[in-house]
Amino acid sequence: MKKKIQNIEVSGIERLNEEHFLLNLYSKTNLPEILPGQFAQILIENSRTTFLRRPFSVHNISYSNNTITFLVQIVGDGTRSLSRLREGDMVSIVYPLGNSFTMGAEDNVLLVGGGCGVAPLLFLARYLYENGHKMTILIGGKTRKDILRIREYQKYGNVLITTEDGSLGEKGLVTQHPLLQAFDLEFDKIYTCGPELMMKAVGEMAKIRNIECEVSLERIMACGIGACLCCVIDTPDGNRCVCTEGPVFNVNELKW
Amino acid sequence: MVELKVKIGDLEFKNPVMTASGTFGYGEEFEDFIDVGKLGGFVVKGTTGEPREGNPYPRMAETASGMLNTVGLQNKGVEYFTEKIYPGIRQYDTNIIVNVSGSTYKEYAEVAEKINELDDIPAIELNISCPNVNKGGMVFGTDPSIAAEVTSLIRKVYKKTLIVKLSPNVTDITEIAKAVEGAGADAVSLINTLLGMAIDAETGKPVLSTVTGGLSGPAIKPVALRMVWQTSKAVKIPVIGIGGIMNTTDAVEFFLAGATAIQAGTANFIDPQISIRIIKGLEEFMIRHKVFSIHDIIGNLKI
Repeated sequence: MKKKIQNIEVSGIERLNEEHFLLNLYSKTNLPEILPGQFAQILIENSRTTFLRRPFSVHNISYSNNTITFLVQIVGDGTRSLSRLREGDMVSIVYPLGNSFTMGAEDNVLLVGGGCGVAPLLFLARYLYENGHKMTILIGGKTRKDILRIREYQKYGNVLITTEDGSLGEKGLVTQHPLLQAFDLEFDKIYTCGPELMMKAVGEMAKIRNIECEVSLERIMACGIGACLCCVIDTPDGNRCVCTEGPVFNVNELKW
Repeated sequence: MVELKVKIGDLEFKNPVMTASGTFGYGEEFEDFIDVGKLGGFVVKGTTGEPREGNPYPRMAETASGMLNTVGLQNKGVEYFTEKIYPGIRQYDTNIIVNVSGSTYKEYAEVAEKINELDDIPAIELNISCPNVNKGGMVFGTDPSIAAEVTSLIRKVYKKTLIVKLSPNVTDITEIAKAVEGAGADAVSLINTLLGMAIDAETGKPVLSTVTGGLSGPAIKPVALRMVWQTSKAVKIPVIGIGGIMNTTDAVEFFLAGATAIQAGTANFIDPQISIRIIKGLEEFMIRHKVFSIHDIIGNLKI
């Protein structure tokens, strides 16, 4: 899959709440093939503290409209600057980067997302759905406002929610949801993305039950194309680049 | 058209733009973005005798107009390079330069000897300036007599163009440059990264796993320019300018300061096409300034 650098038009910013927004980009030319789990490196201009590009996983795409959507949490000056883009502005992106989630013959899968870690899971859910997979989607957050894009996920499967303060869904951590506590999990495969501790816990649960599990890692990155070797994860095979050998890893490939 | 050809030692470069070690992988990583063969040359990342895992994560911290890294020479060793990487890249129509690193004189010499046997590698860049390894690296590049010693040792075993990459973490870089010139270096490249550190005030911890790391990017450009200027006056061999070059204007500044060629480094992370853009930009700059040859810019600082 060929990577490219492109100046691409902002087709809109959709505010989801004070902390989260959707960045919609429109390409005048046909989009390259992009797979669920892949990401783009976006150049953020007009931010004094942001020097390098920032990696964002693809939240959704539309080949018919030539649009790509990113779900962004405002965490600092760079993401705030992105949130101030206007329709018609141009941004430079390098994409599509990284590997992707894999899809086999599994007919019943579980997606577990935490906070803004749900970002790549919508694209994945749609992809799985369109390929005839049945899925349950478990989403957790600190509080009600961290639970994002529920209606979108509901299009593709049964959605379960946890919040740490109990303001929506089950109270507690996503890993404490009764579904995951059951010993006999009826899933053929688990996909997860979110805070690393959450993914470790989910990975552990999957391993114990002998269920295949793929995790999407987040790392501080510079280049995104395997040149700088900054975004490594320590694995039994040595340090591996999350940007090119990931971001998706089978949990068995990690030292978790 | 304008003349961009330069010579470093006996080696001719079709243009004076290269990419810096550790920022360009083995060239293959950039194939989707540029025609690598259009570059004057590129420097392969630091290659050691034995494979190295490098330093633990986190290895990078973004800073004001720059970044700190502590990759720590992660590479699969010289044998892996010669057997697995070299056959796949040797056909690039450009000067492929291997950055040679080590912890001991012996290791440097072993790597240089093995690279010497590769027909399509016309030069090495001797890395006596990596700030991120415990043994070796910068230790060899901060004392003029040790720098000279390792250079003359390599000069004996390496028959092609020998570039020595210098550390800015010294009181007087011209002393080191003169020492390696005297020991037989064909050129010096400078600067490697400046030793720095970043602290997370919230957690009270250093950001990098090794506490300190090497600073690169536009933040170090004024220091690099000053050192290139001083060094180019102090030695007769060509100086290759490195340090925060992000665009054509930056490159021209280094030529004016006395650099015969330049390397773009950190800029590759932000714009993987920047090296080619700089080459095109130089042609346009020269046409605009009615300069025929790059040699009319090199060292032509008006004081």
